[in-house]
Amino acid sequence: MLKALTLTAALLAGTAGVALAQEPQSGGTLNFVAPYGSSFGTLDIHTSPSTQDEFPAKAIHRSLYQWNSEEGKPELELATDVSASDDRLTYTYKLRENAVFHDGTPFTADDVIYSYERIADPANAFPGARYFADVAGIEEFNSGAAEHISGLKKIDDHTLEITYTVAPTDPGYALMQTNAAIYPSGAGEDPDFIQNPIGLGPFEFVENVPGSRVVVEKFDEFYEDGQPYLDRVNIVLLGDASARDVAFRNQEIDVSVLGPTQYVAYQADPELSENLLEVAEVYTRHVGFDNTKPPFDNKEVRQAFGHAIDNDLIIDKLVKNKAYPATGWLPISSPAYDPAAEPTAYDPDLARQMLADAGYPDGIDVAITATQNESWGLTIVEAIIPMLRDAGIRATAVPVEASVLAEIVPAGDFEAFMWSNLSGPDDYEVLKCYYSKTPRSSCAYQQFSDPEFDRLFEEAGAETDPAKKTDLLRQANNIVQQGAPSWFFNYNKAVMAYQPWVHGLQANATELAIQNYEDLWIDETAPDSRR
Amino acid sequence: MLRFTIRRLLQVIPTLLAVALLIFVIFSVVPGSFASSLMADGRTAADPEMLARLNEQFGLDKPLYLRFADYITGLARFDLGTSFRTREPVLDVINARLWASLKLAVAAMAFAIVVGVPLGFIAALRPGSLLDSVTMIGAVSGLSLPQFWLGLLLMYLFALVLGWLPSFGYGGGSWRYLILPAITLGVTPLALLARTTRAGVLEIANEDFIRTARSKGMSEARVVRWHLVRNVMVLVVTTIGLQFGSMMGQAVVIEKLFSWPGIGSLLVDSVSIRDTPVVQGTILVIVVWFLLINTLVDIVYAAIDPRIKQT
Repeated sequence: MLKALTLTAALLAGTAGVALAQEPQSGGTLNFVAPYGSSFGTLDIHTSPSTQDEFPAKAIHRSLYQWNSEEGKPELELATDVSASDDRLTYTYKLRENAVFHDGTPFTADDVIYSYERIADPANAFPGARYFADVAGIEEFNSGAAEHISGLKKIDDHTLEITYTVAPTDPGYALMQTNAAIYPSGAGEDPDFIQNPIGLGPFEFVENVPGSRVVVEKFDEFYEDGQPYLDRVNIVLLGDASARDVAFRNQEIDVSVLGPTQYVAYQADPELSENLLEVAEVYTRHVGFDNTKPPFDNKEVRQAFGHAIDNDLIIDKLVKNKAYPATGWLPISSPAYDPAAEPTAYDPDLARQMLADAGYPDGIDVAITATQNESWGLTIVEAIIPMLRDAGIRATAVPVEASVLAEIVPAGDFEAFMWSNLSGPDDYEVLKCYYSKTPRSSCAYQQFSDPEFDRLFEEAGAETDPAKKTDLLRQANNIVQQGAPSWFFNYNKAVMAYQPWVHGLQANATELAIQNYEDLWIDETAPDSRR
Repeated sequence: MLRFTIRRLLQVIPTLLAVALLIFVIFSVVPGSFASSLMADGRTAADPEMLARLNEQFGLDKPLYLRFADYITGLARFDLGTSFRTREPVLDVINARLWASLKLAVAAMAFAIVVGVPLGFIAALRPGSLLDSVTMIGAVSGLSLPQFWLGLLLMYLFALVLGWLPSFGYGGGSWRYLILPAITLGVTPLALLARTTRAGVLEIANEDFIRTARSKGMSEARVVRWHLVRNVMVLVVTTIGLQFGSMMGQAVVIEKLFSWPGIGSLLVDSVSIRDTPVVQGTILVIVVWFLLINTLVDIVYAAIDPRIKQT
């Protein structure tokens, strides 16, 4: 299935043209780049929340659902049908009967239950355990009182029932995750499986050269007729942006993820600019404030912070337009995004006035904790410090490593922090971060509290009509913007450069670099080394 | 010679213990943890229960002294622990990357020796000549060029412009993939060797025993082979040993740049995600390598100059 961009999605995402007219061609090798580091952590994807580890896993494994980039929502992948009970607590899946693992073993409901129980097992401490937090019987399973999760029930080999204690917005959001992939029953305990994984995906594992590449080859019995198109995918590690640039220009790799510097250079090149795929990813960059302590317990102070900064200048000069101005927490690709919303206006005089009105006529001092990231780190902090100073906000930068930021922010050990956080695709789930009953250590880092937001959020949780739910979430998101728990400054514009012979790339707003490899194909203009 | 070798090898043990203690303390007190690194990309919201379970699983909830006791006990059994990230034995994780690092270090050092030592000799034999000037300008440049920048330059020239070599990767161990990273890594020791050799030759060439040998009618070839080279070699071997020993540590940047699957890139990745057992194991391997090379150099010294055994 070739996924073309809809006009709406293309406009929203600002995508470059992706070849649509040609018929897919079979055969060839694709050199796909994994740009987020110089190694894969593990081939046991259940253990990892890392995007980098998804690159090989996405080729080898499949989950019950898959993200549909065209529609912007999860869709069934390993099931052909799902029905929900009236109370939306029980979901019954008709599983694919034509899916087999790479060793020829047929796929059944036992494999799903085994995989989900492995992921949820507290002894494993896997990151995906939270996907099953609301499945019936999880508490008994976690405490050891039950050997299995009662909410996961096999009706027959190809019928599975999942019962929740709290109705999910759409179970697909959790069950589409790559680290919720389905393994053959019992395989996870086999040490050989971890080194030579077997899955339901379109490609079979061939080779792992740690720190260099993973090679996968076409699985002839993949359940989608005619797919995958490619014979082989070399998933190569290339973490350095400059090295990636040389390799791409030298046609050694077929796709490359661009940083701000490369984005400018590629746009200026008449040939390279023809093959750029852009998408508004579901990441929001922001400066979060501790809403529980002075001076940021005062809404006017938080709002003043945003008014003090010329955000357009930051996006233009520092982020090189590889971002979209933010108008709130939910990103552009979110259904609940309000296109009528406006970014916080740059008005230093108003900022000063607001600080004075809030009881800080002499200004405030703030330490902003940030990492070295070029798009949402110290570079940006250093640039906004003079602007803030003009408005009476004396800011200092506190540089930390990414893992340190991830430790101190959930612990509340900050005055303000700069981060890029996932803000989709499940609007309801990500807005939970501003619900007053969510613990700080989960994702309510700023400890925002607004009764009106809470009311709308709770109503949205109980609403069964998708349109009404989206409307409630849109209102809730606007309250977040007005309440300014953070200064939301931009949404990431992910940019992928691809060689002219590559087709079938999807504008995946959840993570552009993660592609459904089975949709990719190369045409006859590819170099001989790929044919 | 045997006693000397054994004595040198035994001296490695306290050094290793001190390093092990230092690494353990440093990585126990630096902020950040493996559990928090899982959320560092902002993609995953924190799950306090999972984080607590992870810390418990990896023994990070234990007091520092107990963790150190576990670590040292493990070391005594040649057990470097289990990687937090891959959940495999650290030895296996390192072993999968060690040979690529050794291959790169040996190739880079071979390049440095084969080019650097003769260049230094030739330059010293014709001091002040054009060749001498060019060699020394090249050596100073080689010492001052940032490796990262040089690597990019070589990539650009030999991969993109000339199309002779691949710009990155391991290529299943093909020598074509080794050339650019080895040259990049080898340039600094090459420059140092050329300068050291030149300085050594110039100094020894003016020694009394060289003049004596010449005045006794010994041929120039014999003077160079029997007196000059042998004495210069002590200096050259020292430089080679120091450079070769520190090469694994220096390779970190090169491995990252060229996507070379050695332990240098493993170390960088492991530090950023706080995979402490792998960090400790990798540093220990690099230190062991350095100590072994230096011990080997000491033994070679003793072979070249028997007076060293007395000290």
